[in-house]
Amino acid sequence: MTSSSQAAGAGADNPGPGGEADLSSTRVAKDGEPAGRSPGQLMWMRFKRDRTGMISACVVLAFFLIAALAPVISWLYGKDPYTRYGQNNPELLNDNSYPVKPNGGIDSEFWFGLEPGLGRDVFTQLIYGIRTSLSLALVVTLLSVLTAIVIGVAGGYFGGKVDYFLGRFTDLMMSFPNQLFFVAFTPVVAALLVDPRDEMPTWLRSCVIIYVMWLLGWMTLARLLRGQTLSLREREFIEAARVAGTPPGRIVRKELLPNLVTPILVQATYMLPNNVTAIAGLSFLGVGLLEPTPDWGRMFAKGAEVYQSDITYMFFPGGAMVIFILAFNLLGDSVRDAFDPKSGR
Amino acid sequence: MSDDLTLAGRSGAEPPRSRPARTGEPLLRAENLTKHFPIMGGFPFKRKVGEVQAVSGIDLDVHPGESFGLVGESGCGKSTTGRLLTRLLEPTDGKITYAGRDITHAGRKELAPIRSEIQMIFQDPYSSLNPRQTVGAIIGGPMEVNRINPPGGREKRIRELLETVGLNPEHYNRFPHEFSGGQRQRIGVARALALEPKLIVADEPVSALDVSIQAQVVNLLQKVQREMGIAFVFIAHDLAIVRHFSERVAVMYLGKVVEVGDREAIYNRPRHPYTHALLSAVPEAVLTEDTGGRGEAKERIRLAGDVPSPINPPSGCRFRTRCWKAQDKCATTEPPLVQIAGNTAGHLTACHFPEDPTTAARGEDIVMDKALREMEDAAPADDTAKTA
Repeated sequence: MTSSSQAAGAGADNPGPGGEADLSSTRVAKDGEPAGRSPGQLMWMRFKRDRTGMISACVVLAFFLIAALAPVISWLYGKDPYTRYGQNNPELLNDNSYPVKPNGGIDSEFWFGLEPGLGRDVFTQLIYGIRTSLSLALVVTLLSVLTAIVIGVAGGYFGGKVDYFLGRFTDLMMSFPNQLFFVAFTPVVAALLVDPRDEMPTWLRSCVIIYVMWLLGWMTLARLLRGQTLSLREREFIEAARVAGTPPGRIVRKELLPNLVTPILVQATYMLPNNVTAIAGLSFLGVGLLEPTPDWGRMFAKGAEVYQSDITYMFFPGGAMVIFILAFNLLGDSVRDAFDPKSGR
Repeated sequence: MSDDLTLAGRSGAEPPRSRPARTGEPLLRAENLTKHFPIMGGFPFKRKVGEVQAVSGIDLDVHPGESFGLVGESGCGKSTTGRLLTRLLEPTDGKITYAGRDITHAGRKELAPIRSEIQMIFQDPYSSLNPRQTVGAIIGGPMEVNRINPPGGREKRIRELLETVGLNPEHYNRFPHEFSGGQRQRIGVARALALEPKLIVADEPVSALDVSIQAQVVNLLQKVQREMGIAFVFIAHDLAIVRHFSERVAVMYLGKVVEVGDREAIYNRPRHPYTHALLSAVPEAVLTEDTGGRGEAKERIRLAGDVPSPINPPSGCRFRTRCWKAQDKCATTEPPLVQIAGNTAGHLTACHFPEDPTTAARGEDIVMDKALREMEDAAPADDTAKTA
């Protein structure tokens, strides 16, 4: 239960289902006194009934587990994504550097086969690739959501000039074509930080990717939250809080944010798979992470080179990506349905 | 509603206040209170192109423990007045004094000590409670903000308050969506009572409720008002409820107070034509035998048209565009709100040509609406034709 609620809340802090645990404990504590179900609990109950949602939540969770446990899996499996098994053992690759065995060299030792050329293990490459892509996407999503909350809520709550300038800034950032901007700017930012002749450390390159994607990732949610805040601000319970002399910080924390959890969670579950594909896209285009760091997107680039001779190398990362994106989008739909049963599909 | 409600923790300590004396320092005083909302327009730089004169210069006194009613039709500035009195809005002009302190432009910090003394009950029970908080958190929030720690703890006090407003104290951990409109409004009342205020501004507290529930909530408010000695500003468009609840009533029209006085004076001896029109519009459900089953003979006034726009209100008297007694003077000179000859003390009317102080039927109905007059002229003819 906690596990899938984590999956539902992936990419955003989730006071909704989080508060639910506290409430159920109060229900036990108070002697026979009826405790109500919070909107979060109701959402969870609706979500549990949604079979598609539960299955996709499990799939998504499995991906996160694989990513988190990649070193453990690779240790149990006894391979790593860096060793060039094919080059060390000439029996594995033929003269054209393609795996000797059929289906990309799948056997009991190399479950997903071998990489053509360098002869690395595809299975560990894939799980480590998923690990890199997912963690980058997770960080980007978290940063974008936080920025969107700050800018959207500030604009919506304070209104007036603050709203005007934040709104124009949001519009300005939105006017950049993001994919093009990523491709053009990642090398520029990288060159600013490190002399192009030197090699860039992987962590710095990750930071550059995160930075560029975060810079252009928050606007949609910020606009959405601004609108929501604007409508919530006029609700009478906010006025009631103000009549009681509640400071603005507390109004935002206690009255506004809990009511914004729904759009934040729903948007975050749509944002994360988008970021995964975007990061994969960057790697595919060669501006993402570089060799030898295992990366999901770069496996496609390599797969595209060799697919005529060895389709298997494309099959596993591609299949994994399709399953992941599909599951995550279905999860996003289910989360939205569970939170907001009135809005139809 | 059950009559065995006890005001836990308070009724014993404080004797119920009797009718408050009208004399003495008012608790809340508003002088020339004005609120104009700017209308922004233009491109690319927005500038003020006009203003909605929601409230334009009203004077009000609310005495301690008094129940003051504010009536008028939709859009006449009642709710804006309520929000100005609680300082949710900042007045454009005028002065608000609470217990001798000028709070007209006080900031949040300056208002902090007064916040616990002026509370508000809202119109819409569905939007006035945060859907994500438990009833306990909703009622306890104001206490937490104002750092009030009642003896026995906040939770005990909240449960007492729930009992006071006629809810089960076991509802403490429930969420607003589990309650009906009337119950939600009771939660709103409990929240307002949590700070033990001296003044509650109730902004149409029952207009969103079913008629059967309205009576319960009004009785609850009345009980609270009498037993705790809380002054009420009761904003409503329902004249019957205000008559039931308020000792003093002000009638508003288009951002102005046109008449103010004791309940008796306003309901039985109204002078302003608008007050006459309002009262004549109240449907009468009382059937008596001596009037042939038609109820007590009452004057009938049918106004024509709509309330003029508060963006561009009429000159002079604002009611003149719909008034049957309007003359040239009404367009040029604004009538002051004064005690006119024949009125009791404290009964103020803003009219150049006041009506007779009675609500009995006139010789002829005043029907300002042409189409309605034609219909009504035709109707009696049908009646006689049928009976003949």
